[in-house]
Amino acid sequence: MSQITEHPAHLQHHFTDVHQQAESAKLGMWIFLLTEVLLFGGLFCFYAIYRSWNPDMFHNAHAFLNVWMGATNTVVLIVSSLTMALAIRSMQLGKRKLTMWFLAGTVLLACVFMVIKYFEYSHKIHLGQLPGKWYFFEGIAGTNPHIFFSAYFLMTGLHGFHVLGGIGVITWLFIKTARGSFSPEYYTPIEMTGLYWHLVDLIWIFLFPLFYLIG
Amino acid sequence: MDTTRSLFLPPQGSTVASDVDALFGFIFWISLFFFVGVTALTVYFCIKYKRKDGKSETTPYIESMALEITWIVIPTILLMVIFVWGFQDFVRLHIVPANSMEIKVTGQKWFWSYNYEEGATGVGELVVPVGKPVKLLMSSKDVIHSFFVPAFRIKMDVLPNRYTITWFEATMTGEFEIYCTEFCGKGHSEMWGTVKVLPQDEFDKWLEAGSGPGEGESMKDYGARMFVKNACNTCHSLDGSKNVGPTFQGLFGRREVMSDGTAITVDENYIRESVLNPMAKQVAGFDPVMPTYQGILKDVDIDGLIAYIKSLEN
Amino acid sequence: MEHTIPEKHYLNEATGWKSWLMTLDHKRIGILYMIMVMFSFFLGGVFALLIRWELLSPDKILMGPEMYNQAFSLHGIIMIFLFIIPSIPAILGNFVMPLMIGAKDVAFPRLNLASWYIYVIGFCFAVYALFTGGIDTGWTFYTPYSSESTTAVIPILTAAFVLGFSSIFTGLNFIVTIHRLRAPGMTWFQLPLFVWAIYATALIQVLATPVLGITLALLMLERVVGIGIFDPAMGGDPVLFQHFFWFYSHPAVYIMILPGMGIISELIATFSHRRIFGYKFIAFSSLGIAFTGFLVWGHHMFVSGQSDLAAVIFSFLTFFVGIPSGIKILNWIATMYKGSISLDTPMLWALSFLILFSIGGFTGIVLGTLSIDVHLHDTYFVVSHFHYVMVGGTVMAIFGGLHYWWPKIWGRMYNETLARIAVVMIFVGFNITFFVQFIMGTQGMPRRYATYLPQFQGMHGFSSIGALIMGVGFLLIAIYLIYAIFKGKPAGPNPWRALTMEWETPSPPTAGNFEGQPILEHGPYDYDKVIPENALKPYKTI
Repeated sequence: MSQITEHPAHLQHHFTDVHQQAESAKLGMWIFLLTEVLLFGGLFCFYAIYRSWNPDMFHNAHAFLNVWMGATNTVVLIVSSLTMALAIRSMQLGKRKLTMWFLAGTVLLACVFMVIKYFEYSHKIHLGQLPGKWYFFEGIAGTNPHIFFSAYFLMTGLHGFHVLGGIGVITWLFIKTARGSFSPEYYTPIEMTGLYWHLVDLIWIFLFPLFYLIG
Repeated sequence: MDTTRSLFLPPQGSTVASDVDALFGFIFWISLFFFVGVTALTVYFCIKYKRKDGKSETTPYIESMALEITWIVIPTILLMVIFVWGFQDFVRLHIVPANSMEIKVTGQKWFWSYNYEEGATGVGELVVPVGKPVKLLMSSKDVIHSFFVPAFRIKMDVLPNRYTITWFEATMTGEFEIYCTEFCGKGHSEMWGTVKVLPQDEFDKWLEAGSGPGEGESMKDYGARMFVKNACNTCHSLDGSKNVGPTFQGLFGRREVMSDGTAITVDENYIRESVLNPMAKQVAGFDPVMPTYQGILKDVDIDGLIAYIKSLEN
Repeated sequence: MEHTIPEKHYLNEATGWKSWLMTLDHKRIGILYMIMVMFSFFLGGVFALLIRWELLSPDKILMGPEMYNQAFSLHGIIMIFLFIIPSIPAILGNFVMPLMIGAKDVAFPRLNLASWYIYVIGFCFAVYALFTGGIDTGWTFYTPYSSESTTAVIPILTAAFVLGFSSIFTGLNFIVTIHRLRAPGMTWFQLPLFVWAIYATALIQVLATPVLGITLALLMLERVVGIGIFDPAMGGDPVLFQHFFWFYSHPAVYIMILPGMGIISELIATFSHRRIFGYKFIAFSSLGIAFTGFLVWGHHMFVSGQSDLAAVIFSFLTFFVGIPSGIKILNWIATMYKGSISLDTPMLWALSFLILFSIGGFTGIVLGTLSIDVHLHDTYFVVSHFHYVMVGGTVMAIFGGLHYWWPKIWGRMYNETLARIAVVMIFVGFNITFFVQFIMGTQGMPRRYATYLPQFQGMHGFSSIGALIMGVGFLLIAIYLIYAIFKGKPAGPNPWRALTMEWETPSPPTAGNFEGQPILEHGPYDYDKVIPENALKPYKTI
């Protein structure tokens, strides 16, 4: 590690240089994402076990999800991942205005996702396709269809919270970018949020076929 | 090996007990050997290599791959021996012999009840013949319990949503304790029972006799026996103290306020209803936790209980 | 040679309560943790004594069954979630680990402080539960009992959930710190073994804790909104809860013991003044334990109704956890061979660990054996086994570590005579308390019993006497250690003449830990090459 004489404002005192600081942040973020994967992993296990116990019921129940809304949301999230990546790229090139546009686009797409989700949820709540003891819909063959909706609401719900968290953080990044806190030398927060946002996207890419496209 | 057995383990009451104990003994002596070795070396080194006059000298470092490998390989082999041995016994503990007699065991807060194929029922005391394999088909009515007979070296959790199975073949007559070993709440530590192992002919007689007071036994005494046998005493005191349920002292003829605000006088019909359908009318101030004895108690048993409760005056 | 306390150090460089509650210094955060965690240990200890008091007689003494169930549940929950899991990593890991690798701080100091605040929030939830109905489910929260219990299950689950995040963030911080902030020239195989142990522990914290989080969240949803996934009446499965629970809680056992093993490696090497025998074997056995620890959760469930095949596989794998622990013990003993052994207090704790943890390990083999576990599961044998591992192992290591680093943390020495009396009291008291529980267990005494058959009264009484001795011993330790903070003799930078890097700074260290960036000059255990001479005085022996 080389001795750096200059001391940029964003370098914290306990790091030797900016490189060490950026590398630490990156590793920390990856470990955090790993814990997120394990958090969802528990729910995926729960899904797999109950689906293997009630394969027919899961198949019957999934028909009540709106594939078009799900598919639209998948596209929306993938595009938002792209805009997020472009935001990082623009900051690397030092184009602050462009970065702000891309960040704003990402937030907008995330909001579109949540709005579509809202329509899906309210429709199900209206019909009584609800988890556990709240379930009162009739018309799904098979035992305990409420389990399917427990899994559906738990997993998409937890994912939804992550999208909301993402909206908050990206908005904060937008403000910071507007204030000029980032530069081609220092854009770690945007990069880290990008990693997080890709994971949120990735989890949805697993959720979509598992709930909407049961074959 | 006999010395460890008498110190550590309860009597061997079933066919599998001696095998389990033999493996326990094997691990015990091996562990003791290594433990004494480890401790002796530690103490010896502490004395032999004690730092003298406050000076410590640097000594060349020794490394030995051979030593490392030895103390990895030898324990591994021993552990595999123990695993295979334990595995074989475990299989025996789990394969129920084909000629077993089956008894249905039900666990609930906080007593055990038994249903025999021949129609007999029992609570608390499980009566079985000696020298004959017995299969227990078990389930729970509420939370998880666990059926444990130390003398037989068997234990199995009893679950609310499925049947679990265990089996034993008693090798000696006598009475052995049954414990619940999965925490199940307030009465957990008193969810005791006994296995009463009888010679085959006495067991057959018991099975035929069914219930009812014995010869020369009054209904009141019979009721007192039922009071303990059916675990009523777990929740109902006789000395006036408040337990899970109301005390039986002076119960008969008492005026009780029900949870819905009405008041009734305790009579024969109320007692009978409370035994068979406890949720119908409950005394105010108590949790609705009384289990139904429908299908467990026969009319004669309830008659005995009523006679007994009548006798419990203030 | 007389030592003095340096004029400026991390304890007096900033003053006022704000300088503590807003501190980003890993050393101060370690001390904040020490206060909370040790207070929790005291609370848990009070419940332990209440339990032992009640068990003097099968009849009611102080508590009826409902109170007793609360007492043992709270003892377990406090000791596990509030004391033993955070204990070594959060106190000593925080204080010592960055010093050991020559870093100025942990990688994310703000996250480190946040972890402490999250811990405090979890602590508050637990205390809130204590005053609003308590908890009677045991620390394992088995369904369906925990979904029905009328006690304050939700606050206590929230507490455990929140504490889990504290644990995850600490683990994350330490992994990054060890990867990125080592002093120049310090390779992985020049790390002190305590750092290896903390690293392995952090991996488990990060990998296992999220699963506990989601499990507890599901249990809360089950109670609050009735999603019914563990409720048999709604097509759910209570055994599934046990799988989820133990998937975390078995690895959690290694979160508790691994850092303890790391401390023992330091103590044995330092007080034998000898290069540690089989460094790589000890280092890799930590990782081995961390890895295999994830594959054996089902050995808590041999009689739970899981499939027989699963039971057999879990039993087989369980035996492989035993081997790395055995490797460590034998390597420690080999380290003492031809050493220059000094029986100072920390070393006495280490020796206690060796003996008690061996017993814990051997009885673990007994419990891992399928056929025998059927008999011993959920009896006092299990209770005794895990107390031999957790108290005989981890708690011995914690106190060994505290005595070892006390002069580094506060710059002052405690009273050696009192310290030796205390360690003997704890060792004797512990064995009186728990050895007899092995015998009760094999004879069939089930755990979590408020009352028992009269044949066990003698042994229960004996056990309770031991608990009292331990209680007095811990009280004695608290007294002389706190006294030493204010009135102890200045210790000097390196009272034990150890070679790891934390002893190269003054005691107590300065706020920035080192003057400039320290450079590695020798390995942590190069006692065959150097013996530092900057000691308190000519070395004391007994």
